[in-house]
Formats: sequence, structure tokens, C-alpha cells
Amino acid sequence: MTIIKRGFAALAAGALSTALAVPAFAEPVKFDFWFGLSGDLARVVDTLCKNFNASQKDYEVVCTSQGNYDATLQNTIAAFRAGKQPTVVQVYDVGTATMMLSGAYKPADKLMEENGYKIDYSDYFPGIARYYATSKGEMLSFPFNSSTALMYWNKDAFAKIGKTEAPKTWEDVGADLKALKDAGYDCPMAINISANESWQLMEQFSAIHNQPIATKNNGYDGLDARLEVNKTKFVQYVTDLKKWYDAGLIKIKSKDLGQDMVQAFATGTCQVILTSVGDHGTVGRTQKEGMNWDVAELPVYAGTERKNSLVGGASLWVLSGKSDAEYKGAAAFLNFIHDPKTALFWSTNTGYIPVAKSGFEFMKSNGFYDKAPYKGREVAIASLTASEPTEITRGVRLGNFTQIRAEFGTQMQAIFANKVSVQEGLDALVKNGDAILERFQQTYPGKTLP
Amino acid sequence: MEKRVTFGRWTIGILFAVPQLLLIFTFFYWPAGQAVYWSLTLQQPWGGGNIWVGLDNFRSILSNADYWNSITASLVFAAISTGLAMVIALVLAALTDRQLAGSRLYRVVLIWPYGIAAPALAMAFRFILAPEAGFMAVVNKFWPGFWDPGLDGADAMASVIIAFSWKYVGYNFIFFLAAFQAIPRSLIEAAAMDGSGVIRRFRDIQFPLITPTIFFLLVINITESFQDSFGIVDIMTAGGPANATNLMVYKIYSDGFKGLDYSGAAAQSIILMLLIIALTIVQFRFIERRVHYR
Repeated sequence: MTIIKRGFAALAAGALSTALAVPAFAEPVKFDFWFGLSGDLARVVDTLCKNFNASQKDYEVVCTSQGNYDATLQNTIAAFRAGKQPTVVQVYDVGTATMMLSGAYKPADKLMEENGYKIDYSDYFPGIARYYATSKGEMLSFPFNSSTALMYWNKDAFAKIGKTEAPKTWEDVGADLKALKDAGYDCPMAINISANESWQLMEQFSAIHNQPIATKNNGYDGLDARLEVNKTKFVQYVTDLKKWYDAGLIKIKSKDLGQDMVQAFATGTCQVILTSVGDHGTVGRTQKEGMNWDVAELPVYAGTERKNSLVGGASLWVLSGKSDAEYKGAAAFLNFIHDPKTALFWSTNTGYIPVAKSGFEFMKSNGFYDKAPYKGREVAIASLTASEPTEITRGVRLGNFTQIRAEFGTQMQAIFANKVSVQEGLDALVKNGDAILERFQQTYPGKTLP
Repeated sequence: MEKRVTFGRWTIGILFAVPQLLLIFTFFYWPAGQAVYWSLTLQQPWGGGNIWVGLDNFRSILSNADYWNSITASLVFAAISTGLAMVIALVLAALTDRQLAGSRLYRVVLIWPYGIAAPALAMAFRFILAPEAGFMAVVNKFWPGFWDPGLDGADAMASVIIAFSWKYVGYNFIFFLAAFQAIPRSLIEAAAMDGSGVIRRFRDIQFPLITPTIFFLLVINITESFQDSFGIVDIMTAGGPANATNLMVYKIYSDGFKGLDYSGAAAQSIILMLLIIALTIVQFRFIERRVHYR
């Protein structure tokens, strides 16, 4: 009994001392920011938050990693339903449609306007801005970490077959892979075929070739959009990939098998991979000593007029139901992130690209792209700005797109395991994907995308 | 003569039961009721509203070939992993019970696998069974293309079954060993003096005496193989390749949390619940008859 009494006494004393400890000067307004990056990238975000907190005295952002993008969205939804949502949350690219219909956000452009910040939205690279903007061009969220897909190629291997430049067309890629195989390379090119690779294999390919993924301009114009990848150039692409795989020119590399494709490339095992510019730093840090490599834009089929590639990554959403003071803090935070100096810090420490032209110019003028570890990353900007975004290359705005990506992985695995033909697999992808889209549409009756 | 302690008023009995009932209601009936409600509606993930759709969710799930494939995969997984985990544990426990050299060490070591969290264990097996890096890389070297869980659904299923069985061997082992040790030594010694060998003693004395334990473990193993397989599948195969290891519980997770289809996932969990209840009833109805309780 005495122990319990003493415990209570200690608790009471503790409570009292914290109450007394509340200082006389105004505490900064605290607000939460949840994000989905982990490991190295999470540490960079933490530093970013510290920099923001040190840059002013009125607000304090509390940054919490939720592990990954999926978990961030799931946890945010759970928190929102319980009324405990963070003020700012990072939502990945394909979650955009879900967010827009959630009714749970405060439009970013309105927030900035209300709090007296002038953001020049034309400063954003159009390929990035349009991915997240409404069909009318309003910015509901702020682009944050952005990347695009590139082709990584091993210069030493290509030198052996007498090439000094990366192949520009898929026809050349086919010939080069064959030559690499004949030159004794066991793994000329590595791919993986899980849900994650829908991004570079299906989405980026379709954008660059100006091919639709779904009707209604990839879903921007309505929830009744349906997939149509089973009748575009994508069919030929998968057919070629499968043919090269059967001929031993392409190997499947994934973590489950022992080595993912970035590791396979960095160790010199495989000579070509298609992956995010965000892996540029990882390859540089983990590459085999003395290996010469470079990045290039994703190839196109001969005779194709190249369009801009798609942005990947995430944007920052401000959620509804918070106090004015917290919104003021959120606006200051977003303004801080938009600053070109933050862009330089962010891109230097991660592999992500600057999202605004001012940030890009600032980095160029600092000589960022001239030096060894970062050289080559400007290719990503070139790829993103290869053309003005068309109605189709703005992005992909489909409900529950995570599940469609999962379906992509499933069908690609069935195709590569010879369970179904390419056409059968892609037909199944469209059929099952449409069922997902239909269900999404039924869940939001009478609602339209902004 | 009444020897039991009795309560004069039934209210006291109820009062004693209330805390337990409250717990069960909060943690079982309430969520289950919520799941039933969700399964009959279409829920907007952000809580913006829902529509009553009756049995539409069940209809669309049951008319989906992928879902039936998932049920088949779950049944195959449950049957093989339960069989493996129980037979191996039974043999190990029988041997340990014979006090062979080192049995005291085995008694401790063989329990450990159950103490390892599923994701950690799955990570370890993912490495061991990786066709290019782990132990299986050696096998593949002599027999190229033999092992490929990345594309071959049967190999992937084998991987998750091995990982799951490994964990439950530890669990079953504890119960089997306890059951063996509860058998009076005199019975076994008497049989030995009558000239019966190890196998004969096992078949005629030990096995019949531990049937209650076997039955208990059968029910638990089958139930757990439907529910506890999630962590292993998530880390090792994520349901692939081509849905070969998309077990029911994993499909509930991926549809519900990744796909934000709360209603569809709720309907699936109701079906899973009914399936487990049905399986358990079958076991009690038909297998328990052969169990001899002492």
C-alpha cells in the first residue's frame, strides 16, 4: 500500500513540476508531419525538420516516419477516423486520386494564400505539377520528393561491344543485349516483375510513348475510366521483354531471389537496369571499385516522338480539422520546403530531383551537376521535361491504383512463368483492374474528381 | 449431499462473470459485429460515408476466380503445414522422451523456434531459400533451374510451408513432450518387460494415451495456419508469384489495407471466420470420437 501511495505522490509531484516548467515565453506552436521514408532518407527528413525548427521560433514541426508509403496512408486514415490526424502528411503519387476524393484535406494553394505566402506555381516543372494538380490546374498538395525512371548502363561492358553511347531505341537495346550476351556477359539486363515495377515498365513506358493506360485521359476526366493497356504499344513491349527473357538476355533480379536489380547493377553482375534516379546515390556508394557507368533516358521504339516521362514520389497534403495556428505553421513549413536552398539540401542528400525550376537553376549555378557523384542526375530533368505534358502524360489518376499495380505484378509473373500468353495476361490485367476501378467508383457514388 | 459451493442468488454469479464478458464483448463481439456491418455496406476509407449494399460484397467475392484460388491455396497450406509440423514434432518429442543422449539439450533447444517472431523467421528463411544467394543456390548449381520461388508457384508455396512448419514444430513439441511425460513410466516399463519394442510401445501405449493432445494440436494448428501465416507470406512472397501464395488472410490484408477496400476485406474475414468455425466443428464432430480422454 505504501508503495502505491508513494507512487501517487511521485506522479503528483511530477505533474506539478511539468506544470511549473511551462515557461513564461510563448511556446512554439507544435504540429505533426507524418512521412513514409525510412533509413537514410528518414534521417535526411529529420534534419530538414530540425533546420525548419531552427530557422524560426513560432512553430515546431514534429516529424514522424511511418515506415513506408502504404503504412503512412493507412495510419493517416486510421488517425483521421479517430480525429487524431497529423497536420501535414506525405502521400505517394498513386494515392493522389484517393486523397482527392477523401474530403479530408485543405487545398494547399488556398492554405498558402490565406496565410499570405505567394507561391509561383508556374515555377514547378509542368510534368511534376500536373501530376498532382486537379484537372483544372489547382494545386491541392505540394510536390515533395520527386524522381523519374532512367536507364542505368555499364560503360565498361558496352565498350567491349564497341559502344560508347547508351542505346536510344528498344530495337538497339535488343541488338546490344544480344551482343553483350555473345561477349560473355551472363546477365546483360536485369528487371523485376513485382507490383513495384509497374512504375518503370508500364507507367513510364506508356507516358514516353504517349500511350494511354486508361480511358478518360488516364482517369483525370472521371471515375468511369477503365484500363486499356492490353491494346497499346505496351503489348509489344511486354512481348519483347518476354522474348529477351526467354533468350537469356534479361534476368529477373529481386530481393527474394538473393539480389535486387540495383545491387546486381552496382556489383557489375548485370549491365543494364531501369530504375529511379533516386537510386543514383545508392549505385554510386555501393558500386564495384572502378566500374564506369552512366544513366540515360529510357529508350523508345524507333519512330516514336518522345514525350515527357512521369514523376514518381510523393506530395505533401495538409489535412482538414486543424487549428488556425497549426495551419499557419504548416504554411510556413511548406514555404520553407519550397525554398531553392532547401531544394539543394534535399537533392544533395537524397537522389531526388528539385521540383521547381528555381531550385534546379540554383543547383546548376552552384555547380551541383558538374561534380562526380551527382553528375548525370540532370538527365532526369531532361526526361521529365522532354515535352509539354499531353493529356495522357500528365500522370495516372486511378482509384486504388496500388491494387492495379499488384495486379500488374501478378499477371507479369504469370506471363513470365509461361502460364499465360502475353495477350492473355494483359487482358486479365485489364479485366481485374477494371473490377477494382468499378468498385472504387461505386464506393464514391455521385462524386467527381476535382 | 451437496458438496459444491453454491450461491444463494444468481446475481452474484453474473457479477463474477461480468468482467470477462465485458472483455470478450469489447475485443471480440464488438469488432466482429462491426465487420459484419462493414461487409454489408460499401465503406469510404476516410469515413465520408457508406452505402448499404446487402450481400453484394459476398457475391462479388465468391464470383471471383482469384478468391477461390486463394481458398484452395489456404487449404493446401493448412493441410501440408499442419501435417508436417505435427508429424515432425511428434517424432522429435517421442525421441526426446526416450532420454537418449543429449535429450535435455534438445528439450530446451527445440522450443526456441516458436519464440521467434514470424517476420524475423521469414527473413531468415528468405535468405536460406534464396535461389541465388542462400543454401538453395548450391542445389541450383548442380541442378540448374530446380528451385525458383520467384516464378514457380509450387516452390514459393513450399517456402512458406517450410517456414511456417518450422515455427510450429517448436510449439507442438512442447505439448507432445508434456503429454509423453504425463504417461506413467510403469506402463511403458511393464510393456518393455513383456518384450514389446520401441515402435510397438509407441503404437499401442503412448499414441492412444496422447490422442487428446494430438486432437488439441490439430485444431490449433489448422486454425493458426489460416491466421498466423500472414507475417511469413508478407515477408517471403507477398502473395506471389502470380497469386500462388495469396492465402486468405494475406488477401484480406492486401485488399483491406493496401487497397483500402474495407468492405471487401470485412466480407472476406467473415468468410474466413465461417470457414474456420466449420472446420473446427467437423473436427470435433468426426475426429474427436476417436480421442480417449483419461
